[in-house]
Amino acid sequence: MKEIDVTRVTETVERLCIEANTDLGEDVENAFRTMAETEVSPTGKEVLGLLLENAAIARREKMPICQDTGLAVVFMEIGQEVHFTNGDLEAAIHEGVRRGYQKGYLRKSTCHPFTRKNIGDNTPAIIHYKMVPGDNVSITIEPKGGGSENMSRVVMLTPSEGIEGIKAYVIQRVRESGPNPCPPIVVGVGIGGTFERAAFLAKKATLRPIGTKNPDPELEALEKEIHEAVNRLGIGPAGLGGKTTALAVHIEMMPCHIASLPLAVNIQCHAGRHKKATL
Amino acid sequence: MSREITLQTPLSDSDTTPLRIGDRVLLSGIVYTARDAAHKRLVDLMDSGKPLPFDLKGAVIYYVGPAPAPPGKPIGSAGPTTSYRMDAFAPRLIAAGLKGMIGKGARADTVIEAIKTFKAIYFGAIGGSGALIAQSIVASEIIAYEDLGPEAIRRLEVRNLPLFVVNDTYGGDLYKEGVEKYAE
Ligand code: SF4
Repeated sequence: MKEIDVTRVTETVERLCIEANTDLGEDVENAFRTMAETEVSPTGKEVLGLLLENAAIARREKMPICQDTGLAVVFMEIGQEVHFTNGDLEAAIHEGVRRGYQKGYLRKSTCHPFTRKNIGDNTPAIIHYKMVPGDNVSITIEPKGGGSENMSRVVMLTPSEGIEGIKAYVIQRVRESGPNPCPPIVVGVGIGGTFERAAFLAKKATLRPIGTKNPDPELEALEKEIHEAVNRLGIGPAGLGGKTTALAVHIEMMPCHIASLPLAVNIQCHAGRHKKATL
Repeated sequence: MSREITLQTPLSDSDTTPLRIGDRVLLSGIVYTARDAAHKRLVDLMDSGKPLPFDLKGAVIYYVGPAPAPPGKPIGSAGPTTSYRMDAFAPRLIAAGLKGMIGKGARADTVIEAIKTFKAIYFGAIGGSGALIAQSIVASEIIAYEDLGPEAIRRLEVRNLPLFVVNDTYGGDLYKEGVEKYAE
């Protein structure tokens, strides 16, 4: 058994909130560069150049890539041999978010759903726990902005709609989202499970580094097909027209009920921010 | 192709009518920030005949809720928010003199109509490029609704803020026409 003091969790969450918001992943920047080479729209090319410049400024000035520093989505993978000491784990995670958003000059975006009054410290975080074998704890922070989250959907297709129905729905969702989710986007797709699991799978799919392959050859082919189709929509960088609408399409799938075909589309904007640490 | 044009606020018809969709604009002068909550309050003030916290005539509103300013900087990251949430209020403000809006995403037909009728202009800023945009903001001051936090109304002094013309005074819409051009 390994003991982990929850104050270490707080410190790590604090650091990851700031890093994720100011230091864009290499995979995203590389994707901007590759897509800029093939983008045919001059405005689109220009926008991709500005996004690279933006990422460089953010890193240099330690300034958020985007002012919408999101709700803090936290993925915890907890080894079953771990024993947390010195307090409440969940409270420690929220405290890390509170401190990170304060110290990093990040925007606080949580509010009361009815009165819209700002909570003031960006808590509560959205926390997902998974128990895994071993004695490690891995923490991933994905700040998720409102613009792209608002364009996301869960739908219960009928099984007869099948794979064609899935393709059509995802492409239509990207078309209808247009410029709102800050393209070029990453399209996270969750297929199967139940209503809420499909949504979780779609969110998890957005975490996969751009440029990595889906281990399932059938899904890999489906990702490629949908990716090409959405890039034919013409939306382009910032929605101003062009070929680079999506940087990637990522799919996660699991079995579902014989009567259902749950499908979730979680749109991730070009500010595809996430950072991970292991304790 | 796209031209680069420099503009200074406040804007008048002679500034807005030469603009065409796709033009790249570098805007300097004063812009006011407001999001949905602030828009609601502005329209409530207009309904009750009370004065607004700033003069709408020729004004430009930027749809943004900036991140807090780090020490030594006038403002934090400050990219545009999605404009459709302001669509219910924008035609009222345009009719009362508002000349320019800066945001991201498509506008409702009612807004596009008001832009045409009153020779206003809608600029798109690049969503998610808040660190870059912050470099063009030289001063920032909260002038109303401090209680709204990031949604308070700020008076920003901008220098060469990089923008694209999305809806022009002739009914043009870059989101529609740009996308149609590249759709297969
Ligand atoms: S959708 Fe993403 S990039 Fe665009 S404003 Fe929101 S968080 Fe920023």
